[in-house]
Order: sequence, then structure tokens, then C-alpha cells
Amino acid sequence: MAAGVTAVLEVTSLEVRRSGRPIVAGISFSASRGEIVALMGASGAGKTTILRAIAGLDPIGAGTIVLDGMTLKPGSIHRGHTLRELHRRVGIVFQFHHLFAHMTAHKNVWLALVHVMHRPLADAEARAHELLVSLGVGDRSAALPHELSGGEAQRVAIARAIAVEPPLLLMDEPTASLDPARRQELAATLRQLAAQGRTIVIATHDAEFARATAHRVLSIDEGRIRTVS
Amino acid sequence: MRVAAVVSLALAWGSVARAQSQELRWGGDAEGGAPFVEANPGDPTRVEGFDVDVATLLATGLGRVPRFIQTGFTTLDAATARGDFEIGLSGIEDTPTRRSRLAVTIPYYEFREILTVRNADRDRFRSLADLRGRRVATLGATLAYDLLVDAQARDGIIPVTYEDDVHPYSDLALGRVDAVVLDFILARRGALRDTSLFNQPQPLAVGHYVGVLAPTQTALRDRMNEILRSAMRDGRLEAIFRRWNVWNEDQPRLYARLLADSTSTPVEPSSLASANEQGDAARTFSGPRTWEAAWRYLPALLNAALITVVLSCLSMSLAVGVGMLIASGRIYGHSSLRAALTIYVEVIRGTPLLLQLFVLYFGLAPFIQLPAFLAALLGLGLNYAAYESEIYRGALEAVPQGQLDAARTLGFTQRQILVLVRAPQAFRLALAPMTNDFVALLKDTSLVSVITVVELTKQTSIFAANIGSWVVPGAMCAALYLALSLPLARIARRIERGWRRA
Repeated sequence: MAAGVTAVLEVTSLEVRRSGRPIVAGISFSASRGEIVALMGASGAGKTTILRAIAGLDPIGAGTIVLDGMTLKPGSIHRGHTLRELHRRVGIVFQFHHLFAHMTAHKNVWLALVHVMHRPLADAEARAHELLVSLGVGDRSAALPHELSGGEAQRVAIARAIAVEPPLLLMDEPTASLDPARRQELAATLRQLAAQGRTIVIATHDAEFARATAHRVLSIDEGRIRTVS
Repeated sequence: MRVAAVVSLALAWGSVARAQSQELRWGGDAEGGAPFVEANPGDPTRVEGFDVDVATLLATGLGRVPRFIQTGFTTLDAATARGDFEIGLSGIEDTPTRRSRLAVTIPYYEFREILTVRNADRDRFRSLADLRGRRVATLGATLAYDLLVDAQARDGIIPVTYEDDVHPYSDLALGRVDAVVLDFILARRGALRDTSLFNQPQPLAVGHYVGVLAPTQTALRDRMNEILRSAMRDGRLEAIFRRWNVWNEDQPRLYARLLADSTSTPVEPSSLASANEQGDAARTFSGPRTWEAAWRYLPALLNAALITVVLSCLSMSLAVGVGMLIASGRIYGHSSLRAALTIYVEVIRGTPLLLQLFVLYFGLAPFIQLPAFLAALLGLGLNYAAYESEIYRGALEAVPQGQLDAARTLGFTQRQILVLVRAPQAFRLALAPMTNDFVALLKDTSLVSVITVVELTKQTSIFAANIGSWVVPGAMCAALYLALSLPLARIARRIERGWRRA
């Protein structure tokens, strides 16, 4: 990390256990403002586990995560106020998107703006529409999640995650549901988001995509960082 | 060898068949209790009572062995007509309807209908005319009930029907009703059990107990009449009623009239009119034709259907509300709350609704006297809440964890996640089983008649008992239930279709 550049994310000696067994251990890396970092590795390597720990979805066993000035430490699952503070700082796009199945694409995006950010409804709707248009799915606003293609659902999920303007965006296996042409489009979109000042951490097994998109690629194998390129 | 086996089998079969023909199967309701028919306290598989003794008397006279067939009081007529047993004996009243539908024996006992009130009211409530606007209890499908329906039109009393003869008196003592009209035997027992009750001396009407047989069994009926007459002559019948302590001076007078007239109908059927104005009996009770009766009963059935609808809707609302709270508590609550709610659900699901209704209405009566409708609403609502809660719990747990994680990372609170994301999707999954439960609840409301709420099924059975046939009342009742449940299923389907399109 270059001196003088703000680290949005600083992961130090992270260990995550499940049923007492460490899934990942000794993970240390950082990401600065506007940077795209790819965690690369085969499935089961522990990439998703790292993302979930950063997003505060799973408790950490050892080490620390510093996220835009807020520190996560080992202990039980984060609750209430702490968790909400954390979630203002990080957004996540899941591999299977997990859009709210009973709402239109548009409502999926504006829901948190109204209920978490307390923005007026009209304002939130306009912002959501703007985001969908900028991601190229403006015409799919009224569709329900099951009516969207994999690529469309992913774009709606990105819009939903960045609507609340977290400084850090996590993406789990973003190319899993995309054909090659769509992959290029996604790479362009991510670079554009980074250029706007967002920090992005991608977990992927797609080496080509990782190299083409990220500023830095960390290879993860059996829960540890092997190489950095 | 084989031939011998077949022959001996046939002989064995023949002897079984012969043994059956030597039985006199008689139907009665052991719930009717002493002194009619009741389970022997020492050996509940055996019954005793004066009706048991009369059955034995008849069987012995015919050279047969009596065998008791338990049958609900309100279905005795129908069971007799379809041949479940040769004769029904259970304090069955001699009415014009029974005479027109069944073969009826000569009466073997005369009773008076008695008005029972609380001691404090003995000077205030001397007759039904004094009870305008008040609740008067009796057993359904009896002469006393007809008496009350008559008084409802004439004196403005409110009839309340019970399924047994104990609770009318306990509810009278508690103040849930202001009077009870039942025959002298029951009234005397009621007043003996609770000394705060008083039996008015002036009878409201006079009636007779008879045995009933299928309409084709007139030959058997005539033989039984001979047996009864001979038992009246030689004092065997008197001995039976003395043994059960119900013999009085009315009986010798009745027997004298019966012995003086050898026809099969020596006395008038039990009369609705009070004892000293029997001339009016025929006018009040002229066996109506079925369709005419159906027309007369239609308003009462529609009214009962309304009660069924209102009760169903209110109890379903209660069940949905409480069910949601239970389901949320079982998913989000502290472990002690979860354990308590699990116990509630298992106890409610593992015990009969009928028992729960009895406990709510009669069991709690010494501590809190719930009005019948409220008890029915609570009983049904809290019972169905247990089932609804399981539907909601399953539906809530079926919402994918990924969506809940997504909602958490967007910064929603647990409460917001439940209200905005989880519950709306769970509700879609729960709609079909909920519709199913609502239809089941609609029909389960028929159980609340045991706590004196007259809903559609109860009104139908009163109707059927009074006209002596289930065909037309049953069809009308079924049509009403269908008219209530079919639109419900349609509405649910429409909502589901709306969701799929949205």
C-alpha cells in the first residue's frame, strides 16, 4: 500500500472458525480508496468466509478488521447499533444475489434508502431509478427478481448494495452467472465504480477476470494467502 | 375331513346367528345419567337405571337377552329408524312427531315439566311469563325445549340449550341463566345437588316416556305393549320405579288409563300446554309437513349461519394474531419463552378442542364466568392459534437465509427485516394452509354447541329432531356451509393469482 493513500479496509491476521475448526487463518491485506482487490482461489478456499467476516455476517475467531475507522474484534456476533454502523460502511453482492423475492427490482433498491437512511420516498425512488439506469437495467425496474436474467439480477443487486453509499463494496463470485461478453461489461462497470472512489473487494475463482479487473490479486489456498500479484 | 370342517363351521355360524336373534338390542344414552341410564360406578362397562330395568323386563318377556347399544340422545330416533337396535329407551318423550315417524310403545312413566329457579327468585319467577327477556335453560331436542320455543314467541324468554342435564343447574346457580325447565326427575336431582335452587310446584306441562321402534316393527311393538301392561298389572313396573325412587301417585293413574284401553295409543302424546289446559295441545303441535317445516325453520337456520360466520371470522382473526405472536416468539424469543410457547402449542394440539371448550366454559366457571359466545371465541381462537403458529413458523423459516443476510448487510434492524422482508414472503407461503384451516375452523364451530352456543349444526339437529328426519335439514345445512366455505377458497385463489402476476 502506497504511503499517504487512505486504507478503507485493513485486515490483520484474520482467523474464522466454524465448529471450532479454522476455515481461514492469518489473513492480512488492505484496500485503499478507489482500489479493486481480488481474492482468488478455487471454491472452498475460504474466499466467501473472508467476505462474510468483513460484512459482519459471521463472527471472527482472531485478528482484527478495521473498516473506515471502525474496528471489528473477535467475539460473538455483532448486534444492534454496532452492526448498523458497520453496514453503513460495507455493501455486499452475493453470488446468488439474494434479491427480495416479493419486491420489484426498483423497490429492492429504494427500500434501504427509505427505512435505513430515512430518505423521503420520492427522493429514494428517484435515486434508485438513477442507479438502475446507470447500471443499464433502467428498463427492468418493474420486474420481479424471478423475471430477471442472472446478469440483470446482479446489476440490481449492485444497485441495491451501493444505494446506501458504503465506502466498501464486496462481491462474491460475480462472474458465476455471466457469459464472456457480460464479464467484460461487468469489469468495465466495476472499474467505473472504483473510479468514483469506491473500494471493491472481489472473491472469484476466475483468474482471467481477476487479472483484467483488479488492481491487486491475492491468491488464497486452504484458508491462507499464498501469492500477491 | 374338509367337509366336516365346513359343516362344523356352518354350525358354529348358525349358533352365533341364533344367539344374535335371541338378543334384544336396545339403544340409550349413558350420558343421560341416573336414574335413566348410567354407567355403573363400580364397573363402567355395565349400565344401570330404570330404563335398563325396563329393557331387561321387555327382553325377559320376549325370551331374549338385553344388550345395550350406546347412542347419543339427540340421534336416538334416527338410529332407531335405521335399525341399529330393536328399541330405544332413554327417557324418550312421547311426541306427535315420534308417533308419526316411528312405532311407539305405550307410555311406561308420566312426568311433569318443572320450572327451577334460584331460591332468591322463588317469588319473582313463578312461571315462564315472569321471565321475559331472561335466559332459560333446557336440554335440546326435548319437550321442554319446544315449551321454551313456544314461550319465546309468547313471553319473550331466551331459550338456552345444553347437551347434558347437569350444567343447566350449575349455570343457574352461577347466574348464567335465570331458570331451568326440565322434567321432574332431573329437576329434583338438580335441586338436591344444589340447595340454592328451588323447584316451582306448579308443573308447566305433562309428558310420558315411551320406547321407540322402527316404523315397520309394529308386531314387536304390540308384543312389548302386552309385556308392559302385564308388568303394570302385577307391580313389576312399580317395583322398578320404587327401586329408583321415582315412583309417585301419577303413575297408578296412568297405568289405570292404559289398562282400561287396549289400543296401541290409549293416551294423547306429551302435551305442550300446561297441565290444566290440555285442550290446546293439538293446536300447538300439529305435525307439520317437512317442506312447510323447512320454510318455518329457514330464518332460524340463517340466523345460526350468521352466528357461525361471525364466530369463525372473529376466532380466525384471534388465531392469526396470536399465532403470529407465538411464531415470532418461537423464532426470535429467549430460550425460556421458546420453551413455554412450545409447551403451549403441544398441549393445545395434543388435546381435543371439545375438552378445551368444556374446561374454558364449565371448568373455569367457579373462578371466571365467561359468556358462552366469548368462551367459544377464545376456545376456537386459542386452539387454532397453535396450528396457525406452526404454519407461520414453517413459513418464516422457509424464507431463504440469503435474503435475511442481504437485509442485515443493508443495515435493517431485526424488526424491519421481519416486517419488510420475512413476514410478507412467509404470508404468501402460509396462505394456502391458512385457507385450509379457516374452512376447517368454519366446520369446527359446530363443537361450540356443547357450551350452549346455537350455531348452524346445532340449529339443524334441533330442526331434524323436531321434524323427525335428517334429509331436508341436513341438505339445507350442507348448502349453507358450502355457501360459506366456497367463496373463501375463491378469494384465497384470487389473492394468490394476484401475487403471481404482480
